[in-house]
Amino acid sequence: MTSAATNAPILEVRGLTKRFGGLTAVKNLNFDLRPGEIFGLIGPNGSGKSTAMKSVMGIERPTAGEVKLEGENLAGLPAHKIARKGFGMVFQHSRPLNRQTVLENIMVALLPDSLLMLFPDKALLDRAKQIAERVGLGAVMDRRPPTLPFADLRRLELAKAIARDPKVVLVDEPFAGLTLAEVGTFSELIRSFRDEGRAVMLVDHNVKSVAALVDRVLAMYLGEEIVTGKAEDVMRNETVRRVYLGGTLETSARPETSFKDKVPLLQVENISVHYGKAQALDNVSIHVHQGEFVSVVGLNGAGKTTLFNTISGFLPYTGEIIRDGEKLRGTSPAKIARSGLVQCPETRELFGEMSVRENLDLGGQHLADGERDKQIAWLFDLFPILKERQGQMAQTLSGGEQQMLAIGRALMMQPKILILDEPTLGLAPVILELLSKALEKMRQTTPITVLLGEQNVTFALPHADRVYVLEHARIVWEGDPGRFAAEAGEGYL
Amino acid sequence: MGSFFKSRLFFISLGAVIIASTLPLYVSGYVLGLLTVAYYFGVFAMSWDLLFGFAGEVNFGPTFLIGVGAYTAGIVNAQYGLSPYICIVLGAAAAVIAGFVLALPALRVRGPYFGLTTLVAVLMLQNFVVVFADLTGGEIGLTIPDVITIDSHANYWIALGFMTISAAILYGLAQSPVGLVLQASGQDAVQAGALGFNIVKHKLAAFVVSAFFSGLSGALLVFYFGTASVGTVVDIAVGVNVIVAAVLGGRRTVLGAALGAIFLIVAGEFLRPTGELATFIVSAVALLVVLFFPGGFLGAALSREARQ
Repeated sequence: MTSAATNAPILEVRGLTKRFGGLTAVKNLNFDLRPGEIFGLIGPNGSGKSTAMKSVMGIERPTAGEVKLEGENLAGLPAHKIARKGFGMVFQHSRPLNRQTVLENIMVALLPDSLLMLFPDKALLDRAKQIAERVGLGAVMDRRPPTLPFADLRRLELAKAIARDPKVVLVDEPFAGLTLAEVGTFSELIRSFRDEGRAVMLVDHNVKSVAALVDRVLAMYLGEEIVTGKAEDVMRNETVRRVYLGGTLETSARPETSFKDKVPLLQVENISVHYGKAQALDNVSIHVHQGEFVSVVGLNGAGKTTLFNTISGFLPYTGEIIRDGEKLRGTSPAKIARSGLVQCPETRELFGEMSVRENLDLGGQHLADGERDKQIAWLFDLFPILKERQGQMAQTLSGGEQQMLAIGRALMMQPKILILDEPTLGLAPVILELLSKALEKMRQTTPITVLLGEQNVTFALPHADRVYVLEHARIVWEGDPGRFAAEAGEGYL
Repeated sequence: MGSFFKSRLFFISLGAVIIASTLPLYVSGYVLGLLTVAYYFGVFAMSWDLLFGFAGEVNFGPTFLIGVGAYTAGIVNAQYGLSPYICIVLGAAAAVIAGFVLALPALRVRGPYFGLTTLVAVLMLQNFVVVFADLTGGEIGLTIPDVITIDSHANYWIALGFMTISAAILYGLAQSPVGLVLQASGQDAVQAGALGFNIVKHKLAAFVVSAFFSGLSGALLVFYFGTASVGTVVDIAVGVNVIVAAVLGGRRTVLGAALGAIFLIVAGEFLRPTGELATFIVSAVALLVVLFFPGGFLGAALSREARQ
């Protein structure tokens, strides 16, 4: 915006820091928002962008730093006070009041924070009507939220956020779960907020998804700013490219023809999954050969975890999942896991108050004593640090060690197919290297088939024999990791 | 709000109240006595639903509020001989104060800890009653010298009137703008905060209102019984009955809670000939409703309407 450059900032964030115990999620972050500007805050999963947004809004109390609205420092105030100063926030997940109409839901956002408001005000209702028209809910004002399609529920969230005419609007993942056509309409709406002179901050995973919309972007990684600038400059930035795409990659793919099984070990055919009204997977097909290492690459929200949970039997789906010629439909998750299709989930799900050794023993519960000892010895060889930490409570381990334990516990089940969901989430580069070496060793010394889900391409490509790219619930690219950067990398920044 | 007076629910409620108020003309004193108690229980359950259904907080200790109201009213009457009406007002006031003192710190802890705090409060009250037996009558119970009236018809109408007025106020409050904010806070506290609402303030207010009606109803009940005892107004089992009644009637409906309470008490009484089995049968019905119609009696009907 031409006017943006001349305007004084309305929001100044200085030295914003948020620590959770020993973990620094946001570190000394500085940025300005000007009226009539759309500002993007982007970073991969675990980079601290959501924490930064919540710290601005007061949902998380910042450990240090200033959040100044028109010169007044708001850092440390509770969210409801910050909201009344002129902030609106659009949440990614909506939980509207289901027994009230859309109009009443919008009216709630307009109410004063008072215990004396016992009768609805006609003026508020009129204002709620205007807002409903404004965001395109005019036709469904008197319906109740359970009867609305997903996009309209998102509109309702927008309506609530702008209801009290905020100066600053924060939007968490504006386009999650929307179709391409809906992305267009929502972009228009967000632009109209800017044109009214509001400062808009979008939080998202990558530059590409918001590039068309934002005036400036701040890219962050591991809690710190990498670079701030125009979208195209940020996309050209070397560090950003390295974070998202990795440097020059050494790949070691084995051609698909080298795998001896004619029919792939695992076939996922035309899977579709819905969460309520949001489509999480749309006609996804992948296959994995015996002994192959396949990476599914995609940003957060693309559908990776949904895909893995579907394969593991946790979610209802349409389509077929076939393993060794047999359909998995109707098999319980426990039975699927025991038969050797083991998932190591993104959230790790360790037994925090049990020791490292107890966690591993639980994984190897079904093994005979001798065999379990052998398996554990092999595992300690793969992750020597776990041997040292045997007696320690799992929740006291560092993030990297916890991830190794999670993988270790999955390996104790002696999987034939191992699904690894985002093992790199929130881990520092030096830990990634350790993990990467362990995976390489596993690939070379065992016949385990691996299906890896990652948004960190640097980590996902080197070991992979084949790569799928998952975007907006669909597979958009499949191929050799060597060709990834040239063919699919651009869309990934 | 205006639309409520034209809704089906309003006419059904109106009809039910009219029919209920004519009951003394043709049913026995025994049934009237039963319903009198049931109506006071209805107010307990409705007050509880305001917290659970709207504020989203599970109060495991409804009898803390009820008991404080009941015993305060009873003790003041027994010790100082004040008029029952003053005692009842004092009972309600004591419940409000006790509720406020309990909720202020308890609402700062999250999740199940709020419920645990309220549970501990009941145990403390129970202990207090037993330990200070000189004042409270201890385990034998407190005999209350005065009654409001001994006429069973009058007692019935007082209870019915009290329940009707409480229902109107609690239902109106739940549907009012403040009630909507409360409901939003109960459903998603983070989002309600980001919309500019002070969650603790709203929940605290709900707790105070709930305490007021619980305490008032408890005080009225002991003046009807003529005694106050742990077994009737403080025991955990009484609290469980209140909770079951509210859930049975339908979460977030207010009026359903009263229905659930009347059902529980009347069914329990009619099954009395089956002896110990009565409790079992009522519990089994409650369990089936909770398992298969988690919306309760009224909840299922209301959410069907919501989908239309």
